[in-house]
Amino acid sequence: MLALDVNDLSHYFGDFCALDKVKISIKPGDFTVLLGLNGAGKTTLYSLITRLYNNRTGLINIYGHNVRDNSIEALKHIGVVFQQPTLDLDLSIEENLQYHSALHGISKKEAKIRITNELERIGMLDKTKMKVRSLSGGQRRRVEIARSLIHKPKLLLLDEPTVGLDIGSRQLILDHVKNLCKKEKLAVLWATHLIDEIDKGEKVIIINKGKVLISGDVDKIINKARVKTIRDAFNKLVKI
Amino acid sequence: MNILFFIRCFNGIVLREALRFIHQRERFFSALVRPLVWLGIFAAGFRSVLGVAIIPPYETYITYEVYIAPGLIAMIQLFNGMQSSLSMVYDREMGSMKTMLVSPVPRWFLILSKLLAGVLVSILQVYAFLLIASFWNIVPPISGYVTLLPALLFSGLMLGALGMFLSSAIKQLENFAGVMNFVIFPMFFASSALYPLWKIEETSEWLYYVCLYNPFTYAVEILRFSLYSEFNIEYSLGVIIFSIIFLTLAILGYDPSRGSIQKKGG
Repeated sequence: MLALDVNDLSHYFGDFCALDKVKISIKPGDFTVLLGLNGAGKTTLYSLITRLYNNRTGLINIYGHNVRDNSIEALKHIGVVFQQPTLDLDLSIEENLQYHSALHGISKKEAKIRITNELERIGMLDKTKMKVRSLSGGQRRRVEIARSLIHKPKLLLLDEPTVGLDIGSRQLILDHVKNLCKKEKLAVLWATHLIDEIDKGEKVIIINKGKVLISGDVDKIINKARVKTIRDAFNKLVKI
Repeated sequence: MNILFFIRCFNGIVLREALRFIHQRERFFSALVRPLVWLGIFAAGFRSVLGVAIIPPYETYITYEVYIAPGLIAMIQLFNGMQSSLSMVYDREMGSMKTMLVSPVPRWFLILSKLLAGVLVSILQVYAFLLIASFWNIVPPISGYVTLLPALLFSGLMLGALGMFLSSAIKQLENFAGVMNFVIFPMFFASSALYPLWKIEETSEWLYYVCLYNPFTYAVEILRFSLYSEFNIEYSLGVIIFSIIFLTLAILGYDPSRGSIQKKGG
């Protein structure tokens, strides 16, 4: 069963076409990079998958559950890290994660165990009681990733999670998510405009002006574009 | 999804609201100072100008301070409802509301929980206000403190739902300040909070009808009657009907398939 199946999805804001007949499929354990410039339609796509917006056309299925008709079942399987930081700055890390757990119906006792595990995994267990406001940008992002995993989702959506971070923090987050993907068969859709976040053998979807231009393994895209690197392929396809 | 799921979710939303309230102590004090200024300064100045006849639920002549106390209680709830909605607009601009909206819980339940959490906070403020107001000799019968509670729940729900509906229709934080001015002040002044309806009728008939059909009047009056352990069916029905209308509009406003959120693309 596909982790994410998007078919023939279009979305308009007034007359402006933000997404045009988009088709995407992701299998469990896939790390897929959604590559596009700012304004390409990545955030709109995420908003539709997470049902912040309603899809009027096309189909979005998450592990077989239709987002429109069965949103509650579909949303149970999703973990999301939004482009904008979404932690409550005045609350501690633990309070933020407890809040998220409650929204997913997890008991306080169980949440405490899961919070400890997730924070340990990102090396921030000693900061549990710290206010989010006092954390660095990289630390906040890591907490957001920890939060997105507390309810044990099977599909993780990350929308430009490394924007504005230094090289060290970026690498740390990227490695952590790729690790999760390998070890836990987590399906990941990683939206970015930073080409250097793509490794060999990974699946890439290039999106521009609301249209999926090409999708497949890095090598396949390079071959098809008849260039030497994924950067060249991207530049050629989006005509920079 | 069982009942325990919903209880945990509700508790989580209430706890977050309570924690935010505790962390923002100035919000608590400003919520108290506002009605106390009205009580201590405005009412003191107007008590000699305005004579209040004996009207239900009062059985004798009362001071002006006693008359405006229910209006000030409703004012606390109105401001709290607006503040709670303001925080929703802020949360939406800052992105933290997305966390709530993408959880696997029906939207109507999230909206209702958030609303009730705000109402519970407003009830704390009201009882703190009543404690201080007792120094102005505003002392309803002891039973009134108990019978006030259900009235506070309903009036808080109505005013909170109004705020929430407004927040669903407003995109930017800046616009909200304007709506506060266009909603809070007209609602407060064109109501029975500061002067009895019969007094307004004597002055202006059209203003009387504006005050009579103002939802805020209904909130003020059920609070006034409940403070004296009396039940007024007309005002209670009014509050219930307005609550249902505002709540429906708020839920529709935050519904992804119907609401204004997706039209704005933000």
